[in-house]
Amino acid sequence: MYCLTTQYSLLNTNRMFDSNSYLNMELMRFTTAGSVDDGKSTLIGRLLYDSKSIFEDQLENIKATSERRGESYVNLALLTDGLRAEREQGITIDVAYRYFSTPKRKFIIADTPGHIQYTRNMVTGASTANLAIILVDARNGVVEQTRRHSLIASLLGIPHIAVCINKMDLVDYSQEQYDKIVRDYRDFAARLKVKDIHFLPISALHGDNVVTRSAKMPWYEGVTLLYLLETVHIAGDTNHIDARFPVQYVIRPYNDEFHDYRGYAGRLSGGVLRPGDKVTVLPSGFQSTIKAIELDGKQLEEAFAPMSVTILLNDDIDISRGDMIVRDNNKPQVEQDIEAMICWMGDQPLRPGGKYALKHTTRDARAVVKDIKYKLDISTLHRITENPEIAANDIGRITVRTTAPLMYDPYTRNRETGSFILIDEGTNVTVGAGIILD
Amino acid sequence: MSLSLNHLKTLESEAIYVIREAAAQFQNPCILFSGGKDSIAVTYLAKKAFYPAAIPFPLIHIDTGHNFPETIAYRDQLVASLGVRLIVGSVQESIDKARVAEEKGFNASRIRLQTTTLLDTIEEFKFDCALGGARRDEEKARAKERFFSHRDEFGQWDPKNQRPELWNLFNGRKHVGEHFRVFPISNWTELDVWQYMAMEGIELPSLYFAHKRKVFERDGVLLAESEHIPMKPTEQPTEQLVRFRTIGDITSTGATVSAAATIDEIIQEVASTRVTERGGRADDKRSETSMEDRKKEGYF
Repeated sequence: MYCLTTQYSLLNTNRMFDSNSYLNMELMRFTTAGSVDDGKSTLIGRLLYDSKSIFEDQLENIKATSERRGESYVNLALLTDGLRAEREQGITIDVAYRYFSTPKRKFIIADTPGHIQYTRNMVTGASTANLAIILVDARNGVVEQTRRHSLIASLLGIPHIAVCINKMDLVDYSQEQYDKIVRDYRDFAARLKVKDIHFLPISALHGDNVVTRSAKMPWYEGVTLLYLLETVHIAGDTNHIDARFPVQYVIRPYNDEFHDYRGYAGRLSGGVLRPGDKVTVLPSGFQSTIKAIELDGKQLEEAFAPMSVTILLNDDIDISRGDMIVRDNNKPQVEQDIEAMICWMGDQPLRPGGKYALKHTTRDARAVVKDIKYKLDISTLHRITENPEIAANDIGRITVRTTAPLMYDPYTRNRETGSFILIDEGTNVTVGAGIILD
Repeated sequence: MSLSLNHLKTLESEAIYVIREAAAQFQNPCILFSGGKDSIAVTYLAKKAFYPAAIPFPLIHIDTGHNFPETIAYRDQLVASLGVRLIVGSVQESIDKARVAEEKGFNASRIRLQTTTLLDTIEEFKFDCALGGARRDEEKARAKERFFSHRDEFGQWDPKNQRPELWNLFNGRKHVGEHFRVFPISNWTELDVWQYMAMEGIELPSLYFAHKRKVFERDGVLLAESEHIPMKPTEQPTEQLVRFRTIGDITSTGATVSAAATIDEIIQEVASTRVTERGGRADDKRSETSMEDRKKEGYF
């Protein structure tokens, strides 16, 4: 049963922001992972409701639907389950995106379903997230699902993890139980590469430590979940060291006023670029200097990831979509043989020796699978090397050779230049998500 | 020196990236232009994305014939100022050619008929990509939409079998006869759109701002008095100070009582409102999944 009465006043004050304060708001993306009954919907419902992002007509609508179905409480899962089949079957099929904001940040939640197409959906949601919320049922502690979620979060390089130990109300708000789960999780997580882990004892149902501090857990000295979401440092999640500018589109106006204009349009995948910088264009290796950086006719003093801009160079050289502009003194690797972890999403298993279309930054190539090194047992992290078959929702390590060189960085250094997708050339469906290794 | 972007600049950068990606991956894209603020935002972002070149695709307006005159005036002025081509797909023509039949009764609407006109227009001009201003926060079926959304040769959306969208890698590969819908402002909320309009000083149709108008109530929705909506004897129009939160076909766009006359006042109003934007759209009230059903058929 979801209580919709508490904390209502909070956001009434929150929303009364002055007219320009929103110009200082940051954008943060997070994903929620949890198995079927761990209260994920309730937690999202709580965040949306307490941040005043559930509207009256939405609430009326799900109340009416719940009543019609004879459910004894307002089923907040109906908020995120948008498709007819999902509502009929009471399951979530696909990643749903939800939005809420506080005066400090705008949040994008990628809400990923717990069971169906599990790895595929979580990988999709995790690929752009700054933070993952991993829910653990306080009664059950760290279970197989927790380990799977955490492995994917770490593999996909999510910079921050918030382990929410939920349903504390059902274990009498026991510090002892909480400490034990934290210890178990730390033991397991020591094998993962996660930079920043936070633990929070919560009750999503009653709102303890979600938006307001819980009076029932005076022993907990940490912050609330919303406070963490609002304050965790995300500016450092973007690589501002290695300048990478994949060329997306060449702008040629074909009019008298801008007769010789040749602008390279794209979005920085990393680093900072300024007019005057000495740059190299890859893969050709031609060198030039930046004449101007602009957007919509306005000249910029600098551009940094993830800004979309147009770059003009001082020399007239041949550059097209798929090329990459970088600084002379900081270049990515340029290779045709790529070592990667692959998260498989295709209905047919990955074919050893198979050929696929490959997309990496703005570059298209074809790739042949040279070798499958192992498949990962997602629960135990054990490597299966004997006849590994990588089927839907499996993760494994592969080597691919590409028809054209890729300009890449290891995924751990840059999530955009370190990732690619594989596409089945017959069906055009995206079948694999690749994470490039060192 | 601070290397961080505010949320509006981040959303702008993402939208421009998506628009440029559509221009690069497709042969013949177009922008679906309704005259509403979301398609205005997409058009404005497209101008930014390609400046100083002109927007490399035409605007498509699927015209139900039941327009607010203000929408058409704004559309024509915008087209002239941007130097883009405008293609109008007419629902009236589809009715005249007997491609579709007009709905009957007091709640007759041409919303659903638009789908046929839209798909016919896409086929006639061989568009392989149509950019639209749909946002995921608008409606529950739209919350599941991709940036690059595949449509089969019948223009249908298959929500249960969508391509996963990873990182910023958009897969626009398709077979002959299929097309894509691309939604650059997927991640924007209503409030984001308004804040962006304020930040950029974008001019909008007067319908969005408070004005006096004769309206009447039907099924909880305030509709504008118009020759296109037959009124029941019990329905009495009264003059009220109203504005529109969304702008579509006049028969299904509900007004809200409001005194918000500037973008800043609208931002304050939207920030404190308790009803969703599409709560005033009669077309969405037809059934719990009416948007999903229309989208599957090929609607916007």
